[in-house]
Amino acid sequence: MSTRSVILDEIVRIAEQQKKKLAPLTDDLPLLGSGLDSLCIAVLVATLDDTLGIDPFDRDGDVPFPVTIGDFISLYENAPA
Amino acid sequence: MRRPERRSLWGLTVASGLSPGRFVADCDGRIDLVDLAQIGAPIVADDKFRDRSVLISCNRQLPAVLAMLALDGVARRILLCPPDLSPVHLPAVIAEAAVDMIISDGTGPAAQPIDGIERVAPGPSGPGGDRSRATEWLLFTSGTTGRPKAVVHTLDSLTGPLDDGLAVASDAVWSTFYDVRRYGGLTILFRALLGGASMVLSHAGEALPEFFGRAGQAGVTHISGTPSHWRRALMSPGVEAFAPRYIRLSGEVADQAILNNLRLAFPGADVAHAFASTEAGFAFDVRDGLAGFPANLIGQAGGKAELRVTDGSLRIRSVRTASRYAGAGGDLMDAEGFVDTGDMVERRGDRYHFVGRREGVINVGGLKVHPEEVEAVINQHPAVQMARVRGRSSPITGAIVVADIVVRSTVARSFQTTRDEILAACRLALPPHKVPAMVYEVASLNIAASGKLVRERA
Repeated sequence: MSTRSVILDEIVRIAEQQKKKLAPLTDDLPLLGSGLDSLCIAVLVATLDDTLGIDPFDRDGDVPFPVTIGDFISLYENAPA
Repeated sequence: MRRPERRSLWGLTVASGLSPGRFVADCDGRIDLVDLAQIGAPIVADDKFRDRSVLISCNRQLPAVLAMLALDGVARRILLCPPDLSPVHLPAVIAEAAVDMIISDGTGPAAQPIDGIERVAPGPSGPGGDRSRATEWLLFTSGTTGRPKAVVHTLDSLTGPLDDGLAVASDAVWSTFYDVRRYGGLTILFRALLGGASMVLSHAGEALPEFFGRAGQAGVTHISGTPSHWRRALMSPGVEAFAPRYIRLSGEVADQAILNNLRLAFPGADVAHAFASTEAGFAFDVRDGLAGFPANLIGQAGGKAELRVTDGSLRIRSVRTASRYAGAGGDLMDAEGFVDTGDMVERRGDRYHFVGRREGVINVGGLKVHPEEVEAVINQHPAVQMARVRGRSSPITGAIVVADIVVRSTVARSFQTTRDEILAACRLALPPHKVPAMVYEVASLNIAASGKLVRERA
């Protein structure tokens, strides 16, 4: 399964779990406009760390925070394995 | 012309100059301070508030600000009720603070009438004069197990932080993501009111792009929030709608990533992170753009706030500290007047860094979670032998809650089923930030010689 589809599946699963109504997911959609709140995104990032073994958010660095779903997916697709 | 009254919030606001154009605004309205002075109306010291213990209950922040201005120096006590206070806790809170009057616009935790307590709508009030009373300000701490705890401040302790040497031009427009019924927000409001500036208030539930639009239009120059507020802001479209000159972080540990990101997003702004708690008050801020704080802040005597590190945790003694917990809340400070913040620090070179909370308290986006209250819910599940709840570092909310569970050996069903049931029970019993984001099965958990579960620092 591609990184993209893992992420999109997780977004749907977390929205369901947290009882959030999701907007149709497109690359241009702002992450925070998708229906997910900060807590959901925190859960998403931790889940992806567990399943993909990737946490692209460097606590000490300059990784910009993603604004759209597309930004978020590219962060993971471009993260060094 | 009357001499401006000293001591009171309104008196100090007047003394800072009521130039035209100074305002306080929220999502639904705006008030010009000079108009308040001219009509006198909501600001006149009203005898009906004299010596009363008043709870303010409004969802919006602007009516609450007007009530604060009307009450300080007149009422015995002001109890600030953030809109998220559960009405379940209201009777106990009212008893503890001896509340005998409620100012409400029909919203907020005390929206419904309560037997035996007089209610007043925020708005114009009658004549009166003297504003010399030292009103007590009761504020809720940012998170405890069960019933919220209130601490007692005074106008002096709450305006103490303004003495920190931060130079702010009088055309400044302050804003904060915090609610001004919380310490972090209230001290920003006071910076605006007493500093001759204006204030844009946030509103719970308002979408960020709308808030940014309002802030941009109102010309916000100075704005504060938690690192989690700021991460959310940077992930939101519309953040470019405003260009603050000063950005302040508090309420959570500011890591280097959020400091760097803010510098990149707002190249023209000074970025500072402050350390404060509702109990200890504002202690210091750090303006060099680096995480942690300079080690030479520790042990300096005679300053506005004295800091020491004892048993690994940061202790603060300061005139900005609250005087006590309301009711029988235990001791707020030690015999020498130091408040133990419970924040553990570690020295690396010439800086101290925050490494977590004693007792494993987890800070999820500024909201504190005690592991024990989550464990108590999980332990009710018949398949659970033992549970440990801990914080897991999050680049989005600082931390999230996770649980490690030892399942009883007699249980044959799948862990998946047990986990789903535990999560369902947690969602029923706990607010969303306290529900474990992940539940792991572990073979065992360490127990210390004291018989207590070994906790890692969150």
